[in-house]
Amino acid sequence: MTSVLSVRNLTVEFPTRRGILTAIDDVSFDIGPGEVLGVVGESGAGKSITGTAVIGLIEPPGRIAGGEVLLRGQRIDNLPPEQMRRIRGKRIGMVFQDPLTSLNPLYRIGDQLVETITTHTNLSNAQARTKALSLLAEVGIPAPEMRIEAYPHQFSGGMRQRVVLALALAVEPELVIADEPTTALDVSVQAQIIALLKRLCAQHGAAVMLITHDMGVIAETADRVAVMYAGRIAEIGPVRDVIKAPLHPYTKGLMGSIPSLTGESDRLVQIPGSMPRLTAIPSGCPFHPRCPRAFVPCPTFRPELQPEAHSQVACWLYHPFPVTAEAS
Amino acid sequence: MSVMTAPAMPAAETVKPLVEVKNLGRIFDVSKPWLNRVTERLPRRLLVAAAEVTFSIATRETFALVGESGSGKSTVAKMVVGLIPPSTGEVIIDGVSMSNRKHEADRRRLRRRIQMVFQDPYASLNPRWRALDIVAEPLRAFGIAQSDIETAKQVGDLLRLVGLDPADGAKYPHEFSGGQRQRIAIARALACNPEFIVCDEPTSALDVSVQAQILNLMRDLQDRFGLTYLFISHNLAVVRHMANRIGVMYLGRLVEVAPAREMFAKPKHPYTRMLLDAVPDLDLTGRKRKPVEGEVPNPVEPPPGCPFHPRCPFANARCRVEMPLPIQAGAATVRCHAVEEGRI
Repeated sequence: MTSVLSVRNLTVEFPTRRGILTAIDDVSFDIGPGEVLGVVGESGAGKSITGTAVIGLIEPPGRIAGGEVLLRGQRIDNLPPEQMRRIRGKRIGMVFQDPLTSLNPLYRIGDQLVETITTHTNLSNAQARTKALSLLAEVGIPAPEMRIEAYPHQFSGGMRQRVVLALALAVEPELVIADEPTTALDVSVQAQIIALLKRLCAQHGAAVMLITHDMGVIAETADRVAVMYAGRIAEIGPVRDVIKAPLHPYTKGLMGSIPSLTGESDRLVQIPGSMPRLTAIPSGCPFHPRCPRAFVPCPTFRPELQPEAHSQVACWLYHPFPVTAEAS
Repeated sequence: MSVMTAPAMPAAETVKPLVEVKNLGRIFDVSKPWLNRVTERLPRRLLVAAAEVTFSIATRETFALVGESGSGKSTVAKMVVGLIPPSTGEVIIDGVSMSNRKHEADRRRLRRRIQMVFQDPYASLNPRWRALDIVAEPLRAFGIAQSDIETAKQVGDLLRLVGLDPADGAKYPHEFSGGQRQRIAIARALACNPEFIVCDEPTSALDVSVQAQILNLMRDLQDRFGLTYLFISHNLAVVRHMANRIGVMYLGRLVEVAPAREMFAKPKHPYTRMLLDAVPDLDLTGRKRKPVEGEVPNPVEPPPGCPFHPRCPFANARCRVEMPLPIQAGAATVRCHAVEEGRI
């Protein structure tokens, strides 16, 4: 089966006065039909930039410096902006963190839904409106006939995010990119939105790239998870393996640092230091200055993702390292 | 579940509490301006941010307040340190009332024993001051250090205490990461040797691995200096890790107060149960989650009766009209008719 989204050796650079910053460095992954891939990492890991690069919205002077993005086998990273605009919204739906910024405050939500539907399909305004009503009902907005005339500010945060989900799924996209969809919401509402996102994407058969910093959300939602660190994927694998038996020392530290609701833990596992800035990404494995298990090859040689158990991990602990390392 | 109506004497009260919050309430006037009200015939609109909040914190204890946004937890924190005056009730710290005018002299002495750490270290540090001036400010304000040399020495010690290099003191806040900034905020709070620190969401602006560093640091400092914390958070897992006792707030009221262990093992109030149930399951136990209904109502027009009744699966006719009073149930204090009547 062909994957819905294939990202091959993607590299994103931002030229600055002090030189070129590499925000994404040689990132590859696939998302299959109906699959939810969680992309997790701390701030500055490059997870949002990866999502932005897939939908072709990297702000200049930032640019895709290498690699390719394929949607159902078709290359989309080098399309002219006009064609890309037609793909966005139709074949790729988007959900962002803050629902207030993805909805236009000056238009009624019904008009925004109708506009999205008529732009991307041949439906008439009246048909689009019927479709908008059924979408609002589907995402759980009470009394959609009344609420369709409301403005975004008249909705609560959770209801707004439901409207954004309706917008993202309006024209049955093949891929949904959800960038921190629940971060701005309270826990009780967060659980509702996660359940809704999961159910809708399963019903519509859409593949999902779920970007979040919250491992809990990933555990609830994703099939596979990619852990990002300093613009690279440190580990990618089935969600159960990555959470229960992480391989990469960074993933281990990350999992140990999350306070849990069960089990006794007196002290949280602590990763010393913090994520490197883009201006000073360490050589070799970018995690080596913070890594408790760093050894000979780590500062010099860059580990690539290689299969290990059910996952793929970029760490010299699991692969034979270049012999020349001992000499240096 | 057996419910005791006669309040038992919990262990915490045998020690004299350091902080007592009695019947604390705060009302904000959110009406439109007077002229608009007259011309548009609008009534006054009052927002009850907190009402009838009562709890006490023993020395060296960590008491946590949890709740969703708009539940009034930050309002309570600000009233406890005296940043906003309460509308009703009072805060008594070490026997001195924070709102009684008679105790002005006592209160001034008390102030240096109370400090606060805020949520956003990007907003709580003056961007134009060097880190060492930020940390030295309380030393100067309270006249703790006698000379500049002594101040510099103490600032260096404080920075080392929170895991920073004393040489970092010459830097400005923008040169630090979020976690380092929160360390500076903690160093500033520790500068005047406080006994009681109010922490309002100290880690919610930080990444998880940095959050772990800050939480560990706060626990180490508590052990070392015998600090008492009032810890505000919306994250139940963080609260479970830090707190001895927990108060759950909903629409300005404390709906349940219980020892941490007890609350996580046997949550009593339906809202506490719902909150615990909504936390994503990291252990992948495949536990079935009850779908949570509804959202927090607008606090300007709270529902009548128990404020939680529109979302509560156990609500009956009484809940819709009568505000429940706090009752003792085991080691917990709960405001719930269903618990009182033994229905759940």
